[in-house]
Amino acid sequence: MSVPKYWRIIPHYYRLEGTICKNCGYKTPLIRKICPNCGSDDVERVRLPREGEVYSYTVVYSPPEGFERHNPYVIGLIKLKDGTKILGQIVDVDPEEVKIGLKVRMTFRRISVDGKSGIIQYGYKFKPVK
Amino acid sequence: MVSVYITGVGMTKIDKHWDTTVSELASEALRIALNEAGMESVDAVFVGNMLSGIVNSQENLASLVVSYAGLYGTPAFKVEAACASGAAAIASAFISLKSGMFKDVAVVGVEKMSDETSVEGITRALATAADSEYELYHGVSFTALNALIMQRYSYEFNVKPEDYGLWSIQMHKNATMNPYAQLRFEITMEKYLSSQWISKPIRFMDCSPVGDGAAALILSSKKPKDSPIEIAGVGMATDKFQSFLREDLLTLAAAKIAAKRAYNMANIRPEDIDMVEVHDAFTIMGVLSLEALGLAERGEGIELLKNGDIKPDGTIPTNLAGGLKARGHPVGATGVYQVAELSLQLRGTPVGVKLDNPNIGVALNLGGLASNCYVTVLKGE
Ligand SMILES: [Zn+2]
Repeated sequence: MSVPKYWRIIPHYYRLEGTICKNCGYKTPLIRKICPNCGSDDVERVRLPREGEVYSYTVVYSPPEGFERHNPYVIGLIKLKDGTKILGQIVDVDPEEVKIGLKVRMTFRRISVDGKSGIIQYGYKFKPVK
Repeated sequence: MVSVYITGVGMTKIDKHWDTTVSELASEALRIALNEAGMESVDAVFVGNMLSGIVNSQENLASLVVSYAGLYGTPAFKVEAACASGAAAIASAFISLKSGMFKDVAVVGVEKMSDETSVEGITRALATAADSEYELYHGVSFTALNALIMQRYSYEFNVKPEDYGLWSIQMHKNATMNPYAQLRFEITMEKYLSSQWISKPIRFMDCSPVGDGAAALILSSKKPKDSPIEIAGVGMATDKFQSFLREDLLTLAAAKIAAKRAYNMANIRPEDIDMVEVHDAFTIMGVLSLEALGLAERGEGIELLKNGDIKPDGTIPTNLAGGLKARGHPVGATGVYQVAELSLQLRGTPVGVKLDNPNIGVALNLGGLASNCYVTVLKGE
């Protein structure tokens, strides 16, 4: 990923920030200047809750370029405590133990490394709540 | 009001065409279609393609295709809507004829995937149909996004792996009769169930293959004398782009709206449809496509498989030429193959199993995770 592209989204990757619309109340994990739901520009940054549960998941055995060394790994569609949904890897767990409804919490991890000269990308993943 | 007819069809066999370039492959299908229509030129060419920039390092593709086809001077457009690029090109061509600006145009869908030789490379290229910042960032492949849907569908409706297997088995069976299909062999349930995980619960045998192919159509606003096939309806719609923003992960909302729009334009109801070509890039998408077209309620698409309704002699013959699963899925070409197959079936000269006098065929082409959807309704005489 290019540095400017990564840099723009750091508030989301590092702090799980998203956008809330003051016109229609729509909350999204995306960083946006215009509400994707109603088109209003009266929006504010918001921090999303760090805990939630697994809504759906998959175990990736054929990863895209850049993720080979994690193979296999679990991707979860997580429903956060406020109802917002978000994607992320589920770690520190045997893939066989992941189930729909599993309670998870955000954790800060290394996501991927862009070859020898590219940037190291960090961000959130999720792990089971013990 | 202008009507739009299909007057020529051309296809290449879907395969690994190592010795052909993306533009050359497109021009082959285009020349076949032109010959079939008995034409030497058209007013414009619409090229449907997704990956030429990434996989073939070639943009400005439409102009290059025109040069390969020996049609210098012809206006040309590349239309991109991920896996629905083919149908998006048809829709654009359709609109150009409806406007009255053009009288005869060509549509060619093309994808040359084998120029990318690594699995990780093509996986990454295909994944660009999803959001690079909020989805791909986490190591999500396009297959993984579909797997999230399949996992949830199986959970909510108690679907077993062997239920999905019925889809793959039927598609392979249909493809054995299609000379243009990529995978012309039958598979067994045992082979389906023992195929490797790509992104669990998606197995290798749930996935459409990687291949090269081009399909072309000549569209005209002049009604042909013999067996006119009319594009009677076109419907399109977009959905919330990212998987995690969908209110209902299990409904292809945009496909549903696109179908409603296309049916209204063609003045038909789901019960009137004689056959469909749906977008089974993965088996789960085949099932959800049937639901989106109004052929089954939410969660009941899988019953159409279990009851044998999707078979050539069933109530709703589906993907008679093998579908994406076995005909193949050269992404930007797929939507054009679908419509080409339906029009040959309506003419009575199908490339696959032959139906008895079908009159109405419907194609559904999905772009991305069904974030950009196109439905095309064809009517025979
Ligand atoms: Zn809003």
